[in-house]
Amino acid sequence: MTDHPPDTAPSRLFTVARRLGTEMFTLAITLLGLLAMTFLIGRVVPIDPVLSIVGERATQEQYDAVRLALGLDEPLWKQFAIYVGDAVQGDLGTSIRTREPVLTEISRYFPATLELATLATIIGVLVGVPAGVLAATRPGTLADQIVRIVGLMGYSMPVFWLGLVGLLVFYGQLGWVGGPGRLDASYEMMMEFTITQYTGMILIDTALNGNWPMFANAFSHIILPAGLLGYVSMAYISRMTRSFMMNELGQEYITTARVKGMPEWRVIWVHAMRNVLVPLITVIALSYAYLLEGSVLTETIFAWPGLGSYITNALFAADMPAVLGGTVVVGAVFVALNMASDILYRLVDPRAR
Amino acid sequence: MSLLSVKNLRVTFETETGPVQAVRGVSFSLGRERLGIVGESGSGKTMTGRAVLRLIRPPGRIEADEMRFDGIDLMAASEGQMRALRGQRIAMVMQDPKYSLNPVMTVGQQLTEGLRQRDRLGKADAVKRALAALEAVQIRDPERVMTAYPHELSGGMGQRVMIAMMLIPEPDLLIADEPTSALDVTVQAEVLSILDALVRDRGMGLIFISHDLRLVARFCDRVLVMYKGRVVEELAASDLMAAQHPYTRGLLNCLPRIGGSRGPLPGLDRSADWAV
Amino acid sequence: MGALRAWLADPNPGSRRQARLGQWWLGWLRLRRNPLAMSGLLIVGALLLIAALAPWIAPHDPVTQDLSRRLLPPGTPGNWLGTDDFGRDILSRILYGARITLYIVSLVALTAPVLGLLMGTVAGYFGGWVDSVLMRITDIFLAFPRLILALALVAVLGPGIENAVLAIALTAWPPYARVARAETLTVRNSDYIAAVRLQGAGVARIIAGHVVPMCLPSVIIRVTLDMAGVILIAAGLGFLGLGVQPPMPEWGLMISSGRKYLFEQWWVSTMPGLAIFIVSLGFNLLGDGLRDVLDPKSAPK
Repeated sequence: MTDHPPDTAPSRLFTVARRLGTEMFTLAITLLGLLAMTFLIGRVVPIDPVLSIVGERATQEQYDAVRLALGLDEPLWKQFAIYVGDAVQGDLGTSIRTREPVLTEISRYFPATLELATLATIIGVLVGVPAGVLAATRPGTLADQIVRIVGLMGYSMPVFWLGLVGLLVFYGQLGWVGGPGRLDASYEMMMEFTITQYTGMILIDTALNGNWPMFANAFSHIILPAGLLGYVSMAYISRMTRSFMMNELGQEYITTARVKGMPEWRVIWVHAMRNVLVPLITVIALSYAYLLEGSVLTETIFAWPGLGSYITNALFAADMPAVLGGTVVVGAVFVALNMASDILYRLVDPRAR
Repeated sequence: MSLLSVKNLRVTFETETGPVQAVRGVSFSLGRERLGIVGESGSGKTMTGRAVLRLIRPPGRIEADEMRFDGIDLMAASEGQMRALRGQRIAMVMQDPKYSLNPVMTVGQQLTEGLRQRDRLGKADAVKRALAALEAVQIRDPERVMTAYPHELSGGMGQRVMIAMMLIPEPDLLIADEPTSALDVTVQAEVLSILDALVRDRGMGLIFISHDLRLVARFCDRVLVMYKGRVVEELAASDLMAAQHPYTRGLLNCLPRIGGSRGPLPGLDRSADWAV
Repeated sequence: MGALRAWLADPNPGSRRQARLGQWWLGWLRLRRNPLAMSGLLIVGALLLIAALAPWIAPHDPVTQDLSRRLLPPGTPGNWLGTDDFGRDILSRILYGARITLYIVSLVALTAPVLGLLMGTVAGYFGGWVDSVLMRITDIFLAFPRLILALALVAVLGPGIENAVLAIALTAWPPYARVARAETLTVRNSDYIAAVRLQGAGVARIIAGHVVPMCLPSVIIRVTLDMAGVILIAAGLGFLGLGVQPPMPEWGLMISSGRKYLFEQWWVSTMPGLAIFIVSLGFNLLGDGLRDVLDPKSAPK
């Protein structure tokens, strides 16, 4: 250590570049592993991909022609190379049911999932962070116990069951919210003609188009699933916030802030919170990823036309290219989220830069 | 009238195995002078310093027959009154700048925070005061240090920043809790002399907490020797070598001396009776 | 009894076993003072008991259909939690379902941690390229969405209880590998390992006899905390029709079969869901309490 801030501009640039390099390498390896896994899964499937295209009554010539076209006579490593090459160019295969490119289909379904998971995460953060801070600053009190129990309950809840109970109570019994689907049927029909789709997320699109009645209807449909998923994500976020905050409040710099005569809100929400934010970013990214993945369970219940329903429907139709394509996309989103949280982490924590 | 008077101070922690008393009836008073508190780790010297600022958090508890600072009853003061005292009139420098500075805020943000939040100074004025404070602790390129994060500073630099931060509001009393123990020996003297000069120039009271008897003797006017939460001896620094209490003598004897005997240093004799 | 307690609480244990048992005893005392953890223990204990005694305490056979008594509401004499669309007693099915849940949970608890321990200790012990390769593989699995991977695996292997277990175990091991590797790294260079090595012990023996035991405590805590997640994923697979097959009384499957009747006969879906919720809450409460006991730092004061 020296008596001066050590870094000079070129060396800092160099370390950043180097770190970025290793990170890109890691990223590439992870994505390759992901593809290897889906590829292998795809090859062991007891479903004959040729047969599922040509049908049972095809002649041997037709069969062989398709087999050749799919590249199935090549050695396995070559098939994998082709698979990776295609994936890199955005070709994840063709759906057996619809004969459409898987990626095109997914890009149509994905915004619905993204919209739901994002809203749920926002709810989870807005409720979970203050709840965790409340519990951490009053350990052992009734408030702390309540946060702890409510959190553990959220941890233990099967989401699909929670969705069913939510529908039963808030839609069936109380009628407070819209039912399954993203819109009422009447709006659903109108949507094609009246709404310019910018993002595929209905709340944003209707707002951009200024169609407020449709916005309200879409909101009444999304609020129940988003609220329930938000509860699950809140459970996780509040628990982690509590434990991070407890840890920070025991640090010496907190005493320093108090010695300086800073009011308690500033000690907690400025001094401690900035440090809590560092690990919390990873937690929020994780819970976001968890919601995206959990969509395979929740979306069937709410008839939500998102990636989750796409994958499950493909599963039941034995449409393996669609299932594996969906898996690759979710995996890639996971990797991207990881990376985003890494970058944010660096921004918040000067020690990690 | 004395600046600070403490009578029968007790600090208790509730633990799973029952209450533990960290400080058990400590009394002292302090004018605008330098008081040293010496003892081993666990003797309650740090807790005594923090109790004066009322910075013991639950499950810890502070009790005292009297604790007055400049006529203000610290035991009866509201949390708001305490906040006004902390920083403004009583400040504290802690052991290790690695932990006592907020790792994700720049030095500048931490230095100007008090001025901006408490004294409602404009940004430019606050920065000017902070730069002056950094110069006062002999930091050569204060502009640069202002934009640095704590992990980019060496220990000596960090502790100087800490001292600057605490002295900005010109407090009447400074509590220095082992301010040089975490630093390299070569830097220790430097930081001490800076602290020494600043305290002298501004005429503030000082409570200097340390485990190093020699250092305290050189630096302070009076010394309290603590053992297991009690004061076992109080004496003028100049009389330290003539200390009566066996524990104090024990502490003195386990320090090596130039020209002293080369035999093994004696272990410390600890008698439970002294703590009663 | 009193003598035993004194022996356990002795602050100066005479043997290693006494010291260890004394630690367990202290931990148990601390756990007992935590009401949430105790209720978790109670729930898990009840699950074990119900699974063992299902044939004797269940009022009806779980699979026999009786179409004359279908969709009876809760509170019907003889069918206290109602009946499902085939006239089967829901209470009996839930009681028998405990066996399936326990079966899945214990199979996963026996396989995933073992695989993880193996990967983690080997990676940590050897270091170098072995470590890099194994940890890279672990990271790839970690980067994968767990549920979706399990789903894809079951899709390939075909639905069924064993395949569901296999799929869950294959997706559950990476966190254990991480934990085990971290623990291994801390003991790898310790003197006692060096001493064993000097005695001429082989690698397999060092890892199995001296490294793995050091990793066990942290792995066990993780297993308890993970069980709730395993129950939820197993139920999810069942719900999607990819796990246990009808007519077996698996809770997730039962929820799914009741979906058609949600708004009219709500009990068909909600009752088994409640069972899943309670059991996974039990594991979570217990795991939470165990962690507090074994890691006092995180305990609430």
